[in-house]
Amino acid sequence: MGGSLRFIPFLLLGLALITAPFVLSGWVLFLLTVAGAKALAVLGVVLLLRAKLLTFGHALYYAAGAYAAGLGVKYLGLHNGFALIGLAFVAGLGVSALLGLLVIRYRGVYFALLNLAFSMVLYGILLKFYSVTGGTDGLAFPAPTFGPIGLSEASLRAQLYELTLFLGSLLFYLTYRFFASPAGYVLVAIRDNEVRVAYMGISVNAAVYLGYIIAGGLAGVAGVLVGLSVGHITPDLAFWSQSGEFVFVAILGGVGSVFAPVVGSVLFEFVRNYAFELSPYTWQMTLGAALLLIIFFLPGGVWSLVGLTRTRSGP
Amino acid sequence: MNRYRKVLAGLIAAAGLSLFAATAKADPPAGAPASLKIAVVAFLSGPASGPFGIPARNAADVWIEKINREGGIGGIKVIPVFTDEAGPADKVVTEFRRLALEEKVAAVVGYISSANCLAVAPVADELKELTVFGDCGTARVFEEGKHAYVFRTNAHTVIDSLGAARYLLAMKPDVKTIAGINQDYAWGRDSWEIFQRSMRQLKPGVQVVDVLWPKIFAGDYSTEISKLLVEKPDVVFTSFWGSDLVTFSRQAKARGLVEQSIVLVNNTGSDIKDIPATVLIGSRGPGPIAPPDVEKDPLHQEFIQLYKAKYGLAPNNYIAHGAYHFTQALQGLKVAYESAIKKAGRWPTTEEVAAALAYSTFDSPAGIIQMAIGNGHQAIEPAPFAVIKQDPAIGAHVFTEIRSFPAACVNPPDGMKSLDWIDRGFPGAKC
Amino acid sequence: MRLLLVVLLDGLAYAAWLFLVSAGLTFTYGVLRVLNLAHGNLYALGAYLGATLLLHYAASGSEIAATLGLLLLAAVIIGILAGPLIERVFLRRVYSRDEEVQLLLTFAISLILEDVTKLIWGVTPVVADMPYTSFGSVRLGGISYPWYPFLLVGVALGLAGFLWFVVTHTRLGKVLAAVIADREVSATLGIHVPRVYTFAFTAGAILAALGGALTAPMFSLVPGIGADVLVISFAVIAIGGLGSIGGAAVGSVVVGLARSAAVYFFPELDLFTIYLIMTLVLLFRPQGLFGEIEIRRI
Repeated sequence: MGGSLRFIPFLLLGLALITAPFVLSGWVLFLLTVAGAKALAVLGVVLLLRAKLLTFGHALYYAAGAYAAGLGVKYLGLHNGFALIGLAFVAGLGVSALLGLLVIRYRGVYFALLNLAFSMVLYGILLKFYSVTGGTDGLAFPAPTFGPIGLSEASLRAQLYELTLFLGSLLFYLTYRFFASPAGYVLVAIRDNEVRVAYMGISVNAAVYLGYIIAGGLAGVAGVLVGLSVGHITPDLAFWSQSGEFVFVAILGGVGSVFAPVVGSVLFEFVRNYAFELSPYTWQMTLGAALLLIIFFLPGGVWSLVGLTRTRSGP
Repeated sequence: MNRYRKVLAGLIAAAGLSLFAATAKADPPAGAPASLKIAVVAFLSGPASGPFGIPARNAADVWIEKINREGGIGGIKVIPVFTDEAGPADKVVTEFRRLALEEKVAAVVGYISSANCLAVAPVADELKELTVFGDCGTARVFEEGKHAYVFRTNAHTVIDSLGAARYLLAMKPDVKTIAGINQDYAWGRDSWEIFQRSMRQLKPGVQVVDVLWPKIFAGDYSTEISKLLVEKPDVVFTSFWGSDLVTFSRQAKARGLVEQSIVLVNNTGSDIKDIPATVLIGSRGPGPIAPPDVEKDPLHQEFIQLYKAKYGLAPNNYIAHGAYHFTQALQGLKVAYESAIKKAGRWPTTEEVAAALAYSTFDSPAGIIQMAIGNGHQAIEPAPFAVIKQDPAIGAHVFTEIRSFPAACVNPPDGMKSLDWIDRGFPGAKC
Repeated sequence: MRLLLVVLLDGLAYAAWLFLVSAGLTFTYGVLRVLNLAHGNLYALGAYLGATLLLHYAASGSEIAATLGLLLLAAVIIGILAGPLIERVFLRRVYSRDEEVQLLLTFAISLILEDVTKLIWGVTPVVADMPYTSFGSVRLGGISYPWYPFLLVGVALGLAGFLWFVVTHTRLGKVLAAVIADREVSATLGIHVPRVYTFAFTAGAILAALGGALTAPMFSLVPGIGADVLVISFAVIAIGGLGSIGGAAVGSVVVGLARSAAVYFFPELDLFTIYLIMTLVLLFRPQGLFGEIEIRRI
């Protein structure tokens, strides 16, 4: 019986997601779009966590992608959404390829904080080069077009939602395949015992580098998708608190599965909007307390409650 | 028991009469909603909350209470929805959407950060949500695009730095060397750019000896102050605000920089009790610095009394300019609504209110406000500047030697970009 | 020539400040092998409490000893309140888990402390600069300098000397060295390791808060100052080598002088100096100038 029936819940979920723009209110749809986009950056963090690499600077690639697209709009007059996404993806890959050369030599504390330091350097650059990046005023994203595929009649919000949904699903699926591939399993092996992996003849650095670049690319796409939805980007995208948020959501969702980041991200986005309104002075305290609870009582994150993961280290 | 019943009956009758009187006075127009929800967005947390956000929120609070006491807008009670502006752009935009789509507020008043104003403007147009910016300064909003639903009832940042230049030349016509120290972010850069270009136009030959860009909220300016002490410029121009302004001016005073050079601040972005005497300072539009005509304006006096009664004030009655700006926004909305109601003979649509607000003129606690530029969406105001001095009588800092430059002197004309206007030598300015 | 003197003086003053704020972080890492991400918040708490004590008890024009005493008291109070609480209730439970989990834990603590600071002291700037303005000034290099930053240079040197003395010449220092070298062997030798850890973390917390308290008279305090300090402190100790006090001292001097030179000659680079130096050092010497290469145990 098992085989094909297993997919029915997924099909139903997929159908619900696709038809959401016709059912949900404008604001909820917007929140879902942004949460879904950010989940890609969180996925990057999760990917690195599978190799026990914690980064406090992943917002670097998130901002790099967003600003690459933003500058593409400003200087190249690009309006095609796909071109902007491609540009952001390349930027995310490129910057992580460059910085990765230095960063992958490190583990633990150094890895976490080097990423942090570099992300703050990017923040400083985005802030300082005012005439190019608009400094703290930021850059605007006018409504993008989607070339031959775009439904020019449908509302922009619905288009952006569907785009995020499909592109996000595609990237999630590809990452899922990566996790299940030999290269993906090497990352988990590195987490378990890096030295033994080296003894097996596998290049640890190469595996980590590959993972790092993929994580960078994912974050870049997240950045441009959020930028397109919100319509405006500022250097805050690179700030350490944004990285901290990605880490928090990664832990909240759990690292056991590819889908966990989405659950964590949507949960976070909704809770944040209501909690912040209730009490802006205790929002961070709430986050901190929640993180402590997760560390002590729910190390697998919210996802572990769902119980859909079969093995601790499976995809 | 009988007497009790009589008293009760009397009370009920009195209540009924007053209720009748209240409703008789109100008489709302046809199609009016039960109440008018207006969102008030300001920094309630974070470094801008002390100098700008919380005073602005408090000002909106007392002013809305006043409006409601006098019958509300068009006879409809105003209900404020106070919201925190803090957070990155995506959070601010999400919150704006929530206010417009879920809370369904009739109008949004607020936004102190220029970045947030720029982010929100296109969304306001998309959602057709009437938005009146509260305090943000960037001239880019209306110079780089048209927004049908967005207004700003206070002047933009040009008057801060151009006014500073004009005041400086009025106080020290023979200035030769200037230095700038500004926070390294958009407004700091804009302020310096406007100031130095204006100075070059108004006094060609003036020399810029140094430009310093410490990080915003850097906290310590020892090194920068040492450098300024070595260079000895005639004037040190700064656009610092909040804790940076307090720290810098106190450190500068301790080391004698305030005695050696004229320190010129283009905004009253902090409580002046912490800024040393002899510093030249300006305010974006009248309000904290009140030239005589504004001082006499009954709305100005009433605002100070209301704020003092509910939130308390120092002996010098200083209230942040952000607070005044929020009252200007509320006044602008009130006058526009009432004008639109009169014209339409019923409760107006958003578009009708917007049309009424454009190019309108109205009174406010900061004096008369004219929505004269930016297609009628951007206000112009005069730029008052003063010198800070200690008043022994009340034991607090006050403003003296107040000079106010008329609106037509320090604002660009409708349709012209600020920097172009400055570079062309201020065509059309009336000083 | 005079300009160089001014650059040097400003650089040393900034270096002293850097050392005072980062000593605690490197000390805690050295003994516990934990990078305390709440370091910046302890700094902020020390600053706020120091400022409050000054405002209440130090009239303008107090002598140096009384002022320093008050600031030290503020630091000790914060350290003793926060240190054992964090270490024993939270940190101790994750020693056996991965380094990443420990980082996350201190990150969570830092989030909580950030709001605690806001709840106690609010968001309006707190100014307590009486020592800065009233300790008088001195003319050096042709300009007027307040005494206070140079007082901090003295304190920094004193602290460095004190720490060196404790580590090399006292029994406590030997115990710490033993625990740093090998925790398990130390335990078998009869050293009560958990107590040493609590003590070391508390000492690190006091140092962090002391950095904040001493800095309080120099600028106005607002929410968020802790986060900046954390990143700067990490950069300094990464340059010097995590865990090395001497490294932190050298790193502070290098960064202090470089930043000062940047302000004078390349003002636009001001923001990046510290990260540029860090990147350069780590490119050629990944463990920092005085750091030890970590031996990974299989």
